[in-house]
Amino acid sequence: MQKILKGIKSRFAPPKKSADRGIILFESTSEVISAEAVLKNRGWKIRVMGPPAEIQKGCDLVIEFPLMEQMNISRTLTREGITPLKIIPVVGPLLKPVDIFQIKDFGDFLMCRAANMKITIDKRTGIIVNVSGGGCPDVPYLAANLCGKRLRDAPAPLELGHTLCGYALEMAYQELKRQCWQ
Amino acid sequence: MLAIVGTVPYEDFPLTHGEVEIKGENMLLSGHEIPLTRGTPALIAAAAHISSVLGLTRPTAYLVGDIGLGHGSRDLYAWLAANLAHTDHENIVFHYLQPDVDWQFKILDGVSKMGKKPALLADAGFMYAAKMSGLAGEYDLFTPDLGELAFLADEQAPHPFYTRGFILHEDQKAEELVKMAYKHDNAAKHMLIKGAVDLVTNPKGILHRISEPSSENMEAIGGTGDTVTGTVAGLVASGLPIDEASYRAALINRWAGKLASPTPATQVLGIVENIDKACEKVLD
Repeated sequence: MQKILKGIKSRFAPPKKSADRGIILFESTSEVISAEAVLKNRGWKIRVMGPPAEIQKGCDLVIEFPLMEQMNISRTLTREGITPLKIIPVVGPLLKPVDIFQIKDFGDFLMCRAANMKITIDKRTGIIVNVSGGGCPDVPYLAANLCGKRLRDAPAPLELGHTLCGYALEMAYQELKRQCWQ
Repeated sequence: MLAIVGTVPYEDFPLTHGEVEIKGENMLLSGHEIPLTRGTPALIAAAAHISSVLGLTRPTAYLVGDIGLGHGSRDLYAWLAANLAHTDHENIVFHYLQPDVDWQFKILDGVSKMGKKPALLADAGFMYAAKMSGLAGEYDLFTPDLGELAFLADEQAPHPFYTRGFILHEDQKAEELVKMAYKHDNAAKHMLIKGAVDLVTNPKGILHRISEPSSENMEAIGGTGDTVTGTVAGLVASGLPIDEASYRAALINRWAGKLASPTPATQVLGIVENIDKACEKVLD
């Protein structure tokens, strides 16, 4: 009886949603960052997202794209010397990067936090005075390269970073710029 | 004996290990001179100061250069997986390493082959991998900040970057996040949570709340979390139980901050330099 009910259910159930999006996997987060820049500059509608649970390794990002564009996107990346590890279709929801910012005003200093990363500037000079938080190994490297530079002149964390912490710092850095120049 | 495993932000720094010595603003390790900046060097500096104050053996450090590409971390993971079984460290701290679940399993396998299981402390990238692997309970202490606590509380997030907004929300009570982290087996046996109010927890709940002395500017200073972790590691190595060591480490870090009279522009070295004096106020 249960088998029959299952059969009826499946007959009248809405058709399974077919995959219309794909994800591009790369060897490292820094390759994702490069690919994102290339594809966005070419006008592709892509998003940087978290991978599905079954393929997570630790410090992962993937690029979500319209599956119909797979050939063109692959070609674009190949021309730029970026080789994806794998391209796979996706149906389920992907993890969304954090999009909440916290701003803290210390008087002469302003700190912005995105996820686990914080960046602080001296409001009087515009100089980045501290980078805190995070746990990936590019964080001390980014801190060493950003601290002491003016926010407007400092390299963007995306140019130097290779991990999700670097990506989070980029978001905090962009938000701080927006706060300073809005 | 205390071992500290981590990275330094220099691409060409080779895999190096040995006893560390603090000399002014630098750390000496097997012929290398490394500045005491934020990250694993700040952790080592704090642990070395505690060891010196308490008359303990100097910590042993296992370091490699990694600027985020993960190559150095993977070399270090491979070396440790092959060699940990031949060491007799009683306490091991894992710190700024590229989060990698597969390697985390191999490291734990190496630890299981040691003569006596050491106390395992994890912070930063290695803590992220420990949580994601589902084996957080194998660790004796995690030292997250509040943002990282939210990540531990979110059973779906593989990295703090993906912590869901409703969990990350500012008004979320730390106590609730602690419960969530333990409920989903994403917390170590003890946690020292670093924030405006530091918390020491175990699966039963919050054991200590430490809010004084207070210096709000510490939040902006990169490396103050590293110094807490190094301090607690030094105290655990002295034989203090982990909850007591965590409580005292939080106090020492707060006093070191207070004595430094920091601004948000102060660098972590300014905090490190006050650890000895802070110990006088906290340790009997």
